[in-house]
Amino acid sequence: MTRPVPLLLLALAAAIPLSLLAGRVWLDPWTTPNAAIILGELRLPRALLAVVVGAGLGAAGAAMQGYLRNPLADPGLFGIAPGAAFGAVLSLLLGLASGWLLPLFALVGAACAMLLLALIAGRAGGVALFTLAGMMIASLAGALTSLAISLAPNAFATSEIVVWLMGALTDRGWQDVALAAPLTLTGIVLLRLAGRGLDALTLGEAAARSLGISPGRLQALLVAGVGLTVGSGVAVAGVIGFVGLMVPHLVRPVTDRRPSSLIIPSALAGALLVLIADCVCRILPLVTELRLGIALSLIGAPFFLHLLLKMRREAV
Amino acid sequence: MLEAREIALSGRLAGITATLRPGEVTAICGPNGAGKSTLLQCLVGLLKPESGAAVLDGSDLGSLQPRARARVIGYLPQDGEIAWDLSVRNLVAFGRLPFGDRGTAQIDAAMDALDLESFSTRPVSRLSGGEKARALLARVLAGEPRWILADEPLAALDLGHQQALVGHLRKAARNGAGVVLVMHDLALAMNHADRVLVLDRGHLVADAAPEDALDPVLIERVWAVPARWLGERGARALVAD
Repeated sequence: MTRPVPLLLLALAAAIPLSLLAGRVWLDPWTTPNAAIILGELRLPRALLAVVVGAGLGAAGAAMQGYLRNPLADPGLFGIAPGAAFGAVLSLLLGLASGWLLPLFALVGAACAMLLLALIAGRAGGVALFTLAGMMIASLAGALTSLAISLAPNAFATSEIVVWLMGALTDRGWQDVALAAPLTLTGIVLLRLAGRGLDALTLGEAAARSLGISPGRLQALLVAGVGLTVGSGVAVAGVIGFVGLMVPHLVRPVTDRRPSSLIIPSALAGALLVLIADCVCRILPLVTELRLGIALSLIGAPFFLHLLLKMRREAV
Repeated sequence: MLEAREIALSGRLAGITATLRPGEVTAICGPNGAGKSTLLQCLVGLLKPESGAAVLDGSDLGSLQPRARARVIGYLPQDGEIAWDLSVRNLVAFGRLPFGDRGTAQIDAAMDALDLESFSTRPVSRLSGGEKARALLARVLAGEPRWILADEPLAALDLGHQQALVGHLRKAARNGAGVVLVMHDLALAMNHADRVLVLDRGHLVADAAPEDALDPVLIERVWAVPARWLGERGARALVAD
């Protein structure tokens, strides 16, 4: 276990109960009417979903950065999140978005993106081809999503799709937790299993292979791991960007910087970030609740810019 | 024993046969594009020959499990990439990846062999070129490989660090490892290798002790540069005419 893990677990243990009280209406478990129902049916599943989605995005981001040996990599690069988003948008367009159907469509979209990625990248497992394939899939899924929006039958349908795409955890229940939690957990386990290969990749592809790493196996673990974590995250919460980019950066300085020792702390820190961001969205005194995806992009984009400027300064 | 048996790769290697022996430093020399790095990668098991085979102790390298192969053959690539700013000790510990253990004793021994104990916690970004080269070689030594194959390990180093690193590699060979180095600097090969293979456009044109393999006549034929050796055996310098 790496050093930040106990601290992050402690922070999560403190943040989850606090988050249950936070909202447009601050909840007092003893005096607020129907407190048990609000807690049990609304806020607890929402908090757990924030933890699950954030953990998946954080772990996927750490694994992606390790795989691409690039601190600016984001899970979105693989095209899996856009694939899942297109699946979900299709379900909304076809009017098949009730209950389990929307998340199911999103998971199928993620699976198709994963399959396409695996097929194009082939068995040789080169990182460059893989990245380009991912970018191509991301842009194809983006174009198909735009097409779906333009084909929406009326303004209401268009608005429903656009709002969904913004990503949020409002009105989610236990069934979403039941869907996302096991898939995300499996995904994180797979990404952790890729740790040895990611460590070896630190020395470049040739050195990694000479250390006994099979590029095909590593790629399969990564596609499955990112697919499950990001796919299930998009399925229940829509598109939430920048978590996978920001979190590994914030965590890396307190780890020993090996890609393998970054995955679990990034999962925990991702959980914490999304949980806190979701609370902030609930608390902000706006007319309608700020969408979580927008909030994280508002933090994430300047953060990304800060990273770019920092890298430019270091390069000089 | 590590053997190249009729290794051929279209346009790059034309049926190379050579037997490499443990306890020796073998230099692979040749002009740019001669196929040195390609041959080295075939001998590490990273490239699969179109015909022929790289054979380790009687087994085709291609038939070995990657991890089993990695425990026997340590490979030091030319680029020296280290993507993340690890501590030197964590970098050296990557040499234990094929074993899946902590290998504390082996890591200590490798750090000790390359005089890196005082750098243990230093981030690799704060190492000089020479220190980084030592740390990367220590990473290979931490796996205690029976074979060390390195692609131009001395290319980016100043004279002092070249001598030091060559000393470490020679010591590994004295301890029984087979050391195979791709080298551009013919004087280093002449003075420090036990044996030299010369490649020319994918063909093996010499396989002998350095004094015989790096004969001025052959150098002129392969590199198209008239040259002669000065100095004593073991301290030769090459002068291009």
